[in-house]
Amino acid sequence: MTTLWRSLACPLCQRIRLISHNVGYLAPFASRRHASSKSPENHAGQIDMSQFPVENIRNFSIIAHVDHGKSTLADRLLEITGTISQEASNKQVLDKLQVERERGITVKAQTASMVHQYQGKTYLLNLIDTPGHVDFNYEVSRSLAACQGVLLLVDANQGVQAQTVANFYLAFEAELAIIPVINKIDLKQADVESTEEQMRRLFDFKNEDLFKISAKLGINCEEILDAVIQRIPPPKSDPSKPWKALLFDSTYNHFRGAVTNVAVIDGKVQQGDKISSAHNSKVYEVQELGIMSPDYQSTQELHAGQVGYLIAGMKSIQEARIGDTLHLSSSPVEPLPGFKPAKPMVFGGIFPMEQSEYRDLKVAVDRLTLNDSSVTVAKDSSPALGLGFRLGFLGLLHMEVFNQRLEQEYNATAIVTTPSVPCKARLSSEKLIKQYKTDEITIFSPAEFPEKRDVTEYLEPIVMGTIITPDVHLNKIFSLCEAKRGEQVDFTYIDASRVLLKYKLPLNEIVVDFYDLLKSITSGYASFDYEDHSYEPSDLVKLDVLLNGQVINELSTIVHKDKAYPVGKTLASKLKDVIPRQLYEVVIQAALGNKVIARETIRAYKKNVLAKCYGGDISRKMKLLKRQAEGKKRMKKIGNVDIPKDAFISVLKR
Amino acid sequence: MFSSKENVLLLSIRLYRIRNFFISRRFSSQISERSQTSSGPAPCNITADDAVVYVHWPYCKKRCTYCNFNKYISASVDHARMRRCLVQETATLLQQSGVRRVNSVFFGGGTPSLALPHTMAVVLETISQHALLPADAEVTLEANPSSTETDKLREFKTAGINRLSLGIQAFSPPDLHLLGRDHSVEDSLRALQEGRTLFPGRVSIDLIFGRPGQTVEAWRGELQQALSVCDDHVSLYQLTLERGTALFRQVEKKQQTVPDPDTMADLYACARETLQNAGFQQYEVSNFARNGAESSHNLSYWRGKQYIGVGPGAHGRFACKGLGRTDREARIQTLEPQQWMGRVERLGHATAKRTSLSQLDILEEILMLGLRTTEGLANERWVRFSGGTSLHDIFGTSVAAQGFVNAGLLELSHSVLRATHTGLAVLDSIIPDLLLATQDWYRHRCDDGDKTGLHYTSGRAE
Repeated sequence: MTTLWRSLACPLCQRIRLISHNVGYLAPFASRRHASSKSPENHAGQIDMSQFPVENIRNFSIIAHVDHGKSTLADRLLEITGTISQEASNKQVLDKLQVERERGITVKAQTASMVHQYQGKTYLLNLIDTPGHVDFNYEVSRSLAACQGVLLLVDANQGVQAQTVANFYLAFEAELAIIPVINKIDLKQADVESTEEQMRRLFDFKNEDLFKISAKLGINCEEILDAVIQRIPPPKSDPSKPWKALLFDSTYNHFRGAVTNVAVIDGKVQQGDKISSAHNSKVYEVQELGIMSPDYQSTQELHAGQVGYLIAGMKSIQEARIGDTLHLSSSPVEPLPGFKPAKPMVFGGIFPMEQSEYRDLKVAVDRLTLNDSSVTVAKDSSPALGLGFRLGFLGLLHMEVFNQRLEQEYNATAIVTTPSVPCKARLSSEKLIKQYKTDEITIFSPAEFPEKRDVTEYLEPIVMGTIITPDVHLNKIFSLCEAKRGEQVDFTYIDASRVLLKYKLPLNEIVVDFYDLLKSITSGYASFDYEDHSYEPSDLVKLDVLLNGQVINELSTIVHKDKAYPVGKTLASKLKDVIPRQLYEVVIQAALGNKVIARETIRAYKKNVLAKCYGGDISRKMKLLKRQAEGKKRMKKIGNVDIPKDAFISVLKR
Repeated sequence: MFSSKENVLLLSIRLYRIRNFFISRRFSSQISERSQTSSGPAPCNITADDAVVYVHWPYCKKRCTYCNFNKYISASVDHARMRRCLVQETATLLQQSGVRRVNSVFFGGGTPSLALPHTMAVVLETISQHALLPADAEVTLEANPSSTETDKLREFKTAGINRLSLGIQAFSPPDLHLLGRDHSVEDSLRALQEGRTLFPGRVSIDLIFGRPGQTVEAWRGELQQALSVCDDHVSLYQLTLERGTALFRQVEKKQQTVPDPDTMADLYACARETLQNAGFQQYEVSNFARNGAESSHNLSYWRGKQYIGVGPGAHGRFACKGLGRTDREARIQTLEPQQWMGRVERLGHATAKRTSLSQLDILEEILMLGLRTTEGLANERWVRFSGGTSLHDIFGTSVAAQGFVNAGLLELSHSVLRATHTGLAVLDSIIPDLLLATQDWYRHRCDDGDKTGLHYTSGRAE
């Protein structure tokens, strides 16, 4: 089947090597497995990409809910096509980040080019691995824009999940060919029938369309490759037109700058070409290009319909924006539709544990954002937490993944504050309109919240949430969604006992604990996913927290009017618990403007002195008091109130 | 009672004492001359020729439920060996310290009233051999009010004890039981009576408050009872739950509950008021006296005087002048009695740890200790250790200190820094900020010293 590739197999590992081991030149990309190999046929040919005409190319993706086996299926396909050897250690080959392997999710899209023989012809199959989570919706949609079809993978144990639905519609709306695949049929608890029923009811698949496989054991996996060739059309590409490519992902390399993942729409590109992008007028020279299989393999050129990587001396990832259209500088093209800059929807402060660690944190954040252009970074400072950053993320998972990477890859521990979401205000005050030069502003922090008399209305971001759950939990879910100001939009039984719910929910209500609560009231059986929906008018208020009359800026929040009272009360009582008694009375207030809605008092110490202090007690006593003095140094003084940093952290952190 | 050998020893010690009396006369006049000449902006000369001595008797008959002191319950105490070792260590440490005068002696424990009176006698004689121990020097014995010990009080007096500190702790039978005390209220009353007869005006009682379930009402009643029988000195201790004690475990297991912090404050306030109404003056956080019965020994600690600790686990603060050193050191003697005795027999003393105190260390200590007294920290004493910088120079510019002054917790004048009546009760919340102010001053002074080429490298008292 893969004779061509076999002939090029690496003598060291018997794995397919398409190109010479250009260790020196490719050093940053040289595969770990091959870094030491010095193969004699080094300078021989790179693969000739012109041998794959458009009609012999299939670009596809696997989309699935978390843990439904996407990466395992990718591993099998790579093995079957001989792209990687059949080693037991092939686990999530495409997931290169530690966080991806740990969480079983894909964060950065990876691509693997495979060669497959079918009915006497040699096909180039490009598997474009997409981020699995809707937080990375934009990335997913850009990755899908490089595809003509998808494998929609569903775990037979769990059935259709919320993300499956979201992914299906993404693919469906992109008019891609969809091949439904039911995975994990080998497991005891697999309920293939129910899963089939769900896929029929929800997505209108026919039974004969469905593949039933076990990616883990490799059952029926080879047939999938044939189906990819049969059912997914080749890209609509024209080799004769000027070169045009979709930039669908990029990573940052310390030595080479931005490494872009591109899908060539029309024409061809080769080393030395001068290129530009539709949204960035700079001219770059192509230094290197090639395909991933799955390691970087340089080639002479990339042709219409092909998918690969391209390095053109873009110094930062901001110059290589996802969704951008690349073209030859000499012949501009019509940009591809759908480009939009990343729009962060969840914001969180991130501060070093100790101010002395600020520089290290900055370096870590800088490095990480080099690889993730969707994170926005702004400097932030807080009297309580010192210097730090305010980061904008695409969603909650994005934020968690970012923080985990910060910790794992850069060994930086940081305090992450409770996430907040940007709301908007329609201004009525002429003065403010003049000042902002617009009558609708986006508010990112409570400090920017305009007063009620200056606005016609406030708006808050609303998401469309999809919940799939066994029906026994419905009542509890209704209560939860109601408590979170949700509005039910849809209610559908997807099989005998499982229900799909759609709710319009304020993003602000789900950023903190919605998912955790949902998991706990349904014992983990419900799945949840959401997509951005709209900004809608909302009764928003700014809630301030005061200590002895002084506003603590970092504790101010924007909340819905109905939530102000419980939130204020919770904040005040939480603070009461974490601020130790001191010499002076501490009055904690939660207030809306001048109106105090919650109040707690920490009474002053009447006595705080240890009774005994003779000769033998002095050293011990001294040590204790000195330790307290050291502790005081680390406390924040607000007025005459000493607040331990821990107290702030316990209120501010997630 | 004594062996003939010991009798000979005693006799020779008495002779020494007589001789020392004459020598010391001469010394004391020298000392007073010296202190007169050393006034003014003198260098940081803080060594002294005098000290107080603390002697630790580590044994108890029974373990109290709240006590985590260095004490040992032993069926067979080798009194003779302990005596030899206490004498030996007293002699060695006095020689090392080079002090010429011992102002007071305190026998603490443990339960020193379980020791033989003879032991006290020989220790006192040893002190007299090495320094002037004025005939009227305060010599205190901590005693349990149990009957057997009360019977020995007269002998203790003969041995040289002239002040008694009785561990009464409570006048409530169930509370005595709860605290694990081995005496009854009747025992206490008898001990008090006997003590007051033998040591009129020089008997102190210890009382513990904040006991499980204690109310302000009950406490007031108990204080009234105490006042009706006590002498001129009362020490009040708030019960502190120490890890490792039986009471700590009971409270942890919720078998007992101690009063909440507000009730504790009320109990303390009640005691202060009741004692004041009875003519007692509070002179330290937990000490009250009338008719001039303050303990001069304890005042020495709080005034930052040198003290020499003898016996297992005893602490000391003194300069080894006898070894040619002028820096004040913190000392701890070996904790465990058997090991302590072994080391004393081999080395003459059983110091387990000696740490040289920096100038900042000393300033921090005298600040913390001085503020515990109602007389406060005298500027005169402070400048002797600070090298001339006054209290006002340091705390007059501290925002935190000014806050305390404005809140009525602290008084600062050119002559003294003092906690007010209210401030004394919350001292542990005040001192940390004052320590920080002291540290800031010290750091800046060192920085300035660096700039001008002056180096306070050791920061050590000279």
